[in-house]
Amino acid sequence: MPPTAMPPETAHDHPEHLAHHFESLQQQYDSGKLGIWLFLTTEILMFSGLFCGYAVLRALHPEIFLYAHHYLSVELGALNTVVLIFSSFTMAWGVRAAQLGQTRLLVSLLTITLACAFMFLGVKFVEYKNKWEEALLPGKFYNPDEPPPGIKIPGLREADRQPGDTDQAGKPGAPQGERTPAETSAAKADATPQAAPGAVGERSSIGPAAIGPAGLSQSWLQRKHRGRESTWAGPEPNNVQLFFGIYFAMTGLHGVHVVAGMIVIAWLISKARKGVFGPDRFAAVDFVGLYWHLVDLVWIFLFPLLYLIS
Amino acid sequence: MAQHQADSSPASHTTQSSLGHVVPVWLLAAVFGALLVLTCVTVAVAHVDLGNLNLYLALGIAAVKASLVVLFFMHLFWDRPFNSMIFIGCLLFVSLFIGIALTDSRANEASTIGGEGPAMRGVHAPLGSPQK
Repeated sequence: MPPTAMPPETAHDHPEHLAHHFESLQQQYDSGKLGIWLFLTTEILMFSGLFCGYAVLRALHPEIFLYAHHYLSVELGALNTVVLIFSSFTMAWGVRAAQLGQTRLLVSLLTITLACAFMFLGVKFVEYKNKWEEALLPGKFYNPDEPPPGIKIPGLREADRQPGDTDQAGKPGAPQGERTPAETSAAKADATPQAAPGAVGERSSIGPAAIGPAGLSQSWLQRKHRGRESTWAGPEPNNVQLFFGIYFAMTGLHGVHVVAGMIVIAWLISKARKGVFGPDRFAAVDFVGLYWHLVDLVWIFLFPLLYLIS
Repeated sequence: MAQHQADSSPASHTTQSSLGHVVPVWLLAAVFGALLVLTCVTVAVAHVDLGNLNLYLALGIAAVKASLVVLFFMHLFWDRPFNSMIFIGCLLFVSLFIGIALTDSRANEASTIGGEGPAMRGVHAPLGSPQK
């Protein structure tokens, strides 16, 4: 519409933040919300590709997940879960504060949310750093010297696992120590695998290979539990690097989303400090909140799937 | 709900927020508390060996937590049903995707060769494996 057609006051007898192509604030808000929900579905579908990969890997190789998840710290994972849930709570409260025009409360709640995101990334950094130092990485970069805490592998000499002796411990070929009779019999049990009673559902669906190397390790079927310690009756399963591939892909994509969320929350804070949000104009806070809750949602599934395997 | 939205004439916009539903703080706090409790439950349950049931229990608890977040934190409980339709439709496609991929994943096991992945040879022998 040419601006000369009507005087300026008639052309703008509506709120400044109502775009011309919307009938009303309600229509503008509902359209925005529909748009953000459509965006969230594309996010869910993107993550579902990784969840699908996880499901296929775990269905084929449960022993890898049973073994390798011991490398992850449940405490740190649970801490991050609580941090993220709390940040979701402050975000949801922030939306309420924006709706009611409580500017100061909104700024504080958004700041707490941002601080929680920083804390989440800090914990994640500690976890990634430990994985890096212990060579618990995807693909050919997987080369740890030690089995996970709480796992005993009979082939490894106890002396090799003393702290301070880690240079020689567990290097390929190095773990060949003298075997006690008990360990030898355990190794024999591994050579002639028998299905442990009640463990059928957890068995790897790929049998030992007809040609090539020894196939999948059956030893995890005979693992024994004593308290929080498991004894593996044979060597480490093959291809544990697959677990760290899916671990870094899933937590990494999630971490990228956390960073993106932090950027938009920081933008919200700068806007909120100027007092632009109020009962008529809180859509930006609401929509960033929806995105932030989705990030929380993904972590709610990642935590039990990666850290809590039994 | 539709009645309420129809009533929201531009005049009433100036009082309280009429564009979306304002969730009371006690409800947000209650949802937060429930999420904390469910997190503790899922950690505690993981230490009990229930066989295959562990996985389904963990996923079930995660689904309950996700529902709480979606319904109350994400306002879907009070939102326009069309947004719920989009979300549920998305979940249907996700279940199709993962479900069909899983039925196929066991189709070729007889021809799969086990052992260490080719790229891993000479990099990392399984800990405790008898070799050389």
